[in-house]
Amino acid sequence: MSRLQVVSGKGGTGKTTVAAALALALATEGKRTLLVEVEGRQGIAQLFETEALPYEERKIAVASGGGEVYALAIDAERALLDYLQMFYKLGSAGRALKKLGAIDFATTIAPGLRDVLLTGKACEAVRRRDKKGAYVYDYVVMDAPPTGRITKFLNVNDEVAGLAKFGPIHNQAQAVMRVLKSPETAVHFVTLLEEMPVQETADGVAELRAAELPVGKVLVNMVRPQLLDEEALRAAAGERRTAVAQALSAAGLGGARRGGHAERLVDPLLEQAAEHAQRVELEREQREALAGIGLDTYELPMLGEGLDLAGLYRLAAALRTHLGADRAQGAA
Amino acid sequence: MSSQERRARETGLDTVPVLDTVPVLDVDPLLDDPATRIIVCCGSGGVGKTTTAAALGVRAAERGRRAVVLTIDPARRLAQSMGIDSLDNVPRRVKGIDEGAGGELHAMMLDMKRTFDEVVEANAAPDRARAILENPFYQSLSAGFAGTQEYMAMEKLGQLRARDEWDLIVVDTPPSRSALDFLDAPKRLGSFLDGKFIRVLMAPAKVGGRAGMKFLNVGMSMMTGTLSKLMGGQLLRDVQTFVAAMDTMFGGFRTRADATYRLLQAPGTAFLVVAAPERDALREAAYFVERLAAEEMPLAGLVLNRVHGSGAPQLSAERALAAAENLGQRGIVDQGDGNAGPRGSSTAASPETPRTTARGGAEDTRTEDTQSEGTQPEDTHAEGDGEVADDVAQLTAGLLRLHAERMQVLAREQRTRDRFTALHPEVAVTEVAALPGDVHDLAGLRDIGERLSHR
Ligand SMILES: Nc1ncnc2c1ncn2[C@@H]1O[C@H](COP(=O)(O)OP(=O)(O)OP(=O)(O)O)[C@@H](O)[C@H]1O
Ligand SMILES: Nc1ncnc2c1ncn2[C@@H]1O[C@H](COP(=O)(O)OP(=O)(O)OP(=O)(O)O)[C@@H](O)[C@H]1O
Ligand SMILES: [Mg+2]
Ligand SMILES: [Mg+2]
Repeated sequence: MSRLQVVSGKGGTGKTTVAAALALALATEGKRTLLVEVEGRQGIAQLFETEALPYEERKIAVASGGGEVYALAIDAERALLDYLQMFYKLGSAGRALKKLGAIDFATTIAPGLRDVLLTGKACEAVRRRDKKGAYVYDYVVMDAPPTGRITKFLNVNDEVAGLAKFGPIHNQAQAVMRVLKSPETAVHFVTLLEEMPVQETADGVAELRAAELPVGKVLVNMVRPQLLDEEALRAAAGERRTAVAQALSAAGLGGARRGGHAERLVDPLLEQAAEHAQRVELEREQREALAGIGLDTYELPMLGEGLDLAGLYRLAAALRTHLGADRAQGAA
Repeated sequence: MSSQERRARETGLDTVPVLDTVPVLDVDPLLDDPATRIIVCCGSGGVGKTTTAAALGVRAAERGRRAVVLTIDPARRLAQSMGIDSLDNVPRRVKGIDEGAGGELHAMMLDMKRTFDEVVEANAAPDRARAILENPFYQSLSAGFAGTQEYMAMEKLGQLRARDEWDLIVVDTPPSRSALDFLDAPKRLGSFLDGKFIRVLMAPAKVGGRAGMKFLNVGMSMMTGTLSKLMGGQLLRDVQTFVAAMDTMFGGFRTRADATYRLLQAPGTAFLVVAAPERDALREAAYFVERLAAEEMPLAGLVLNRVHGSGAPQLSAERALAAAENLGQRGIVDQGDGNAGPRGSSTAASPETPRTTARGGAEDTRTEDTQSEGTQPEDTHAEGDGEVADDVAQLTAGLLRLHAERMQVLAREQRTRDRFTALHPEVAVTEVAALPGDVHDLAGLRDIGERLSHR
């Protein structure tokens, strides 16, 4: 299992949610994970129902089994000042740069430089060791930018190393790329069983592969249960209408006679079933498309009524089951 | 916002009475009015902005307008079906449109990088333009400037409007978490280009400023020294050349962004806010509505997209589940006692979910009717009499579970929708049903268009 787990995917598919669930899932007994967010949106704080996270690693949850989850909202501006401090001991000059808008420069016109700082900070957390030489975090899980930007984001250090041909930035960029291109890293894609996210996933995977970045798994989120199989649906649509009306009636839903309450339910229920069947068919197509990508897929259930903390732990449990099954099979 | 509304927003709005007379939005008068020149479809990510924009374009053209639709990142199949899958950044006539009413539809998909190049070419002298386009810094970062996509969408809108070839322009907006980005990002880019830092970077290129600037210049060269250590001298030089070359254009960028912004405030412009009936999307929609009002930009209404309905709203989720359970037990234990009545009616008192249809609000809860349903005379002796074959019981239980799931979705959507209505009762709303499949061809777009206009 790679120590840096990057979670990308189309916007709104559940990156933040799944990243958090993964951080919980990996925090098994005695383990510590760090969940990092890079888009400055305080999505983690919202999810865990806490106040906005400062630029500081702090414990945010205890996973079932006792592992710990820490969280960090990486702020590009602060990260830049940190770097200036670290490399140049630039106390006041750093502040002056900030006054002049240099930080704005880094974060506005050159998202590239911003991404350098964000990936750099995450990689630093991956490599960090305590006094005894043990890793401080067993896993670092990143709630990453969406599919359309992930390759550029992770690869930015390559670009920077090309643009800045020497100097500390060049060296730093190369160090980060060494982590990101190694098996230490796995980039996962969250998707739904819908055309656009699946298409984006396929494109994203291809881009990552072309950039020689390590692709992880496809995490299919918000999977709804298949409540009826196709055969049952065909049967229902055909000669079973009367039988269904009688069954509804027997279940206490009114008369099965023509015009009775139960009988009047049959058409709308069958119509909903037909829509369901169509959805199931579309989902089957999307599953097929996903299979074509050739990655392992994990499915996570759709949880109704908005997602609360309890729901997050349920998703984490589902992920643990998948991870456990994989481990049993000896997969990475 | 009144304090009551603000409090309502903070507390989840349960304290605000929901008005049951929400004005209905009909897009046809809007599309037919020759004074309508621009329609902008905004909303948070994935709600159906592109679909709505394309559907409006098709409908407008088939109702006789010479329309052009500017799409941004359309789904591949949709782009193919409109014949705009090749990125050449110019509108193409869409085939398969019914042009009987005298209209036509042109469509294009925005190429951000190319639009940026076009702006450079149009605004700088040829040699400067070449210097910028060939600059490695421009090449590697132009597509990634924060707000570029929004800026370029605005830019393209300005270009299309200036050509005056179409009498209606429908604009899609870039996928973004916040609909507000469309309005804010171009200005952010503009204000950056106006920023102090740019001037610092350009300082070496402009040596020999006024004497009074000397002190400042010392400070600046210290800064650029630091930067050059940080970034590597050559990168800094690239950036400086880039910035210097862009210098002549900065005013141009701002002027153009301002002009397009004014266009958005003009009387011929109408905004449609698209949202899915979900908490986040409707919260964004509410912010956007407030912002449009503050900017004096005309809002035509809210498109509530992918709304679920049911043909059997009288059967609540709770009752459906109870009945499914009842049947499930039959499937396992063959009861054969034929005494389903009491068990059924015991669930009849469970709270009903408000009736909702794809179109209506909660105007009809039918509580009395449904609660008494199980005990109405015609129903007291159920004809099924309990003898339900195993497979039929399973099948029916499945149908009921499916229905229960649907009713839960309906109730959730109704709640989120009520919250929005409580905040903005003045906003006209049109609902578009969630279709079971994607929308990826002209027929699908026509279908959405009809739903948008309640036909
Ligand atoms: N398995 C699930 N079941 C039900 N709801 C879910 C599930 N996963 C995520 N959600 C909900 O979907 C919405 C989007 O999730 P989330 O914010 O994690 O997505 P995201 O990909 O991070 O979005 P963005 O691109 O805006 O960052 C949230 O309201 C979340 O609660
Ligand atoms: N009423 C509807 N019923 C079913 N599917 C729909 C409906 N409206 C849109 N869709 C589908 O939903 C998906 C997203 O729609 P669309 O691309 O229009 O959203 P968008 O707001 O433009 O997204 P983005 O923010 O990513 O640009 C598409 O696959 C589209 O076919
Ligand atoms: Mg997120
Ligand atoms: Mg779109």
